[in-house]
Amino acid sequence: DTSLAEGNSFSPSMPISPSSMINQYKFEDEPELRDLFITVDDPESHITAIETFITYRVATKTSRGEFDSSEYEVRRRYQDFLWLKSKLEEAHPTLIIPPLPEKFIMKGMVERFSDEFIETRRKALHKFLNRIADHPTLTFNEDFKIFLTAQAWELSSHKKQGPGLLSRMGQTVRAVASSVRGGVKNRPEMFTEMNNYMETFSQKINVLDKIAHRIYKEEREYFSEMKEYGPIHTLWSASEEDIADSLKGVASCIDKCCKATEKRMAGLSENLLPILHEYVLYSEILMGVLKRRDQIQGELDSRVDALANKKTEKDLLSEEIGKLEDKVECANNALKADWDRWKQNMQCDMRSTFMNVAENNLRYYEECLATWESFLASQTVDLHVEEDSEDRP
Amino acid sequence: MEDCLAKKMEITVSEAEKRTGRNAMNMQETYTAYLIETRAVESQNEGQCAPVDSLWRRYSEFELLRNYLSVTYPHIVVPPLPEKRADFVWHKLSADNMDPDFVERRRIGLENFLLRVASHPVLCQDKMFYSFLTQEGGWKEMVNETGFQLKADSRLKALNATFRVKNPDKRFTELKHYSDELQSVISHLLRVRARVADRLYGVYKVHGNYGRVFSEWSAIEKEMGDGLQSAGHHMDVYAASIDDILEEEEHYADQLKEYLFYAEALRAVCRKHELMQYDLEMAAQDLTSKKQQCEELATGTVRTFSLKGMTSKLFGQETPEQREAKIKVLEEQIQEGEEQLKSKNLEGRDFVKSAWADIERFKEQKNHDLKEALISYAVMQISMCKKGIQVWTNAKECFSKM
Repeated sequence: DTSLAEGNSFSPSMPISPSSMINQYKFEDEPELRDLFITVDDPESHITAIETFITYRVATKTSRGEFDSSEYEVRRRYQDFLWLKSKLEEAHPTLIIPPLPEKFIMKGMVERFSDEFIETRRKALHKFLNRIADHPTLTFNEDFKIFLTAQAWELSSHKKQGPGLLSRMGQTVRAVASSVRGGVKNRPEMFTEMNNYMETFSQKINVLDKIAHRIYKEEREYFSEMKEYGPIHTLWSASEEDIADSLKGVASCIDKCCKATEKRMAGLSENLLPILHEYVLYSEILMGVLKRRDQIQGELDSRVDALANKKTEKDLLSEEIGKLEDKVECANNALKADWDRWKQNMQCDMRSTFMNVAENNLRYYEECLATWESFLASQTVDLHVEEDSEDRP
Repeated sequence: MEDCLAKKMEITVSEAEKRTGRNAMNMQETYTAYLIETRAVESQNEGQCAPVDSLWRRYSEFELLRNYLSVTYPHIVVPPLPEKRADFVWHKLSADNMDPDFVERRRIGLENFLLRVASHPVLCQDKMFYSFLTQEGGWKEMVNETGFQLKADSRLKALNATFRVKNPDKRFTELKHYSDELQSVISHLLRVRARVADRLYGVYKVHGNYGRVFSEWSAIEKEMGDGLQSAGHHMDVYAASIDDILEEEEHYADQLKEYLFYAEALRAVCRKHELMQYDLEMAAQDLTSKKQQCEELATGTVRTFSLKGMTSKLFGQETPEQREAKIKVLEEQIQEGEEQLKSKNLEGRDFVKSAWADIERFKEQKNHDLKEALISYAVMQISMCKKGIQVWTNAKECFSKM
């Protein structure tokens, strides 16, 4: 019965220990209270007769009592992550489940198994699991625990259990039936505000994502031209005598600045680009969460309407409505709490990411400045030496 | 330091103006005229400012002056003119001759040309140059009347000499190679610099897109709003800063371009030497063969194959009187030839001496100017880095307030 999982963060099967209670209320910026550490690394290619796929090593270290051991190492493929995400969405329809990297990359000619693609995906999967681990509710989800700890065959058999495809379909049908734009009529003001916010945010984050990619592209092209620029000065110095040193000095400065620009590019692709991309995905997820809340509300609304029209079965309907009202309240509270948490994290992430971009650029300019200043110093020293030697009789 | 014109006279090309007129084929044309202002430099004692004289000249007149100087002083490395058409442009600059930025840079280049000529120990004393600066009307006609065009060597003749000369002065051969290398390396450098400038422009300008997005985003944020908005402003400043940076760099490129064109002037001096040397070699060869002919006629021995010899064998020898007459003619020619050879030799040696003196002067000037140019490039880079540091420091602070 998934509907009760909403308002109750403690699943019945879990022992309530003091440490787990503390974990419920920990915040992002208190890493010392963390008791679950997850890494995703070591991509490996598997070739079978039917398909080729990649598995990643998922390593977990924990001090939590509910885990049988303190260390786990399992191998998971992308499909398994998809499964986990859908289980979490099922269990918590109005919580904000972190985004997974996309199945395919449409833009650019990135091959499915190129090193770049795999590395980008690995980092995103690592982020995904850690975001779940940091989430006050999701971190205690049973499927999450199984994902981290179960051996391959255990996971397969567990996947086959649980509500079947048909019942899941039934849920979806009911949700659709409640009305396409269900729950909008009586939607609390707060959620309309959230919707408006998300629409604008989504627009802006998409534009930012594009801008960041443009900047990366321009920096890359600048870098490739710069690579040719320095060596020309060295070539020139070969036909000169008096100014050969100055030319070689300029060549060396340009080469150093070239390397610095490469570092700047790398910083962009390691930090800004993945974060912006993640938030592009987040904006889609959030729109989805808001829709699902509306759907739950819609169910309630349609029942209430039905009650107003029906003369018989009033008791039954009233009972159903009571349950639905609880459901809606739980959904709303969960979403509101998670929304606040998400906004705080977003602010934090954006602040640190953009500060990192600024620091990256500062480092770049400071390196280049030092290079050119030392060249200039060497040149003016030469001038003084020349002047002195001219003065001598 | 010699007392060159530049020390006695202030010369500026102060203005440029668009004009329309009729060309040689009576068709309407648009051209730019440049205002040359001159003023005598007053000594300290007098303390009064001399009046400014001025006249207008167009580019073609500058070209005429330079051609005149090149032909009249072939042993001098004549300063080059700024380019006729915009070359090595990156996308922002237009290749249009009427573009105000191009015209402005050309104005500076023309002024630089006049100052170079005025500070050259030999060229500054030229009368045509002086009247170019001071005599408004009839200057073109006066220059053409000197008949300098007749003295100009044909390109074909020069090319022929380059290929056939046997013993050019080694130093000139080396100089020729150097000037080829200089030309090739500077044009390569300028091409790549233009591409780098283009890319740098792109990087800076794309950052300008941040401003608007941050501003629009800040509208929906409460705590982040201020930080975003002010950071966006700094991104706009960053994007705008590239325009001045690249304009300054353009002046640096112009300095390099001058020496690109100077390489051509160096080549011209080398070519002249090759021509003179070839001329000398031809004259010496001619003299030798005449002497040989004379000897053969006098002694009756045929040492070298000649058609005359063959025909005389076939159709009988000449009469002694005929032979005497021939010998006499040859002896006169040989006498003339020896005098000519002597004077050509002298000319050649004088040319080499004076050319080499100017080349040494040029080398020093070049080393000084290029070193300064490289230093100024470093200064520009430093300034650009400092501006970047300032902007990103400000931006970082804004981001920290988000």
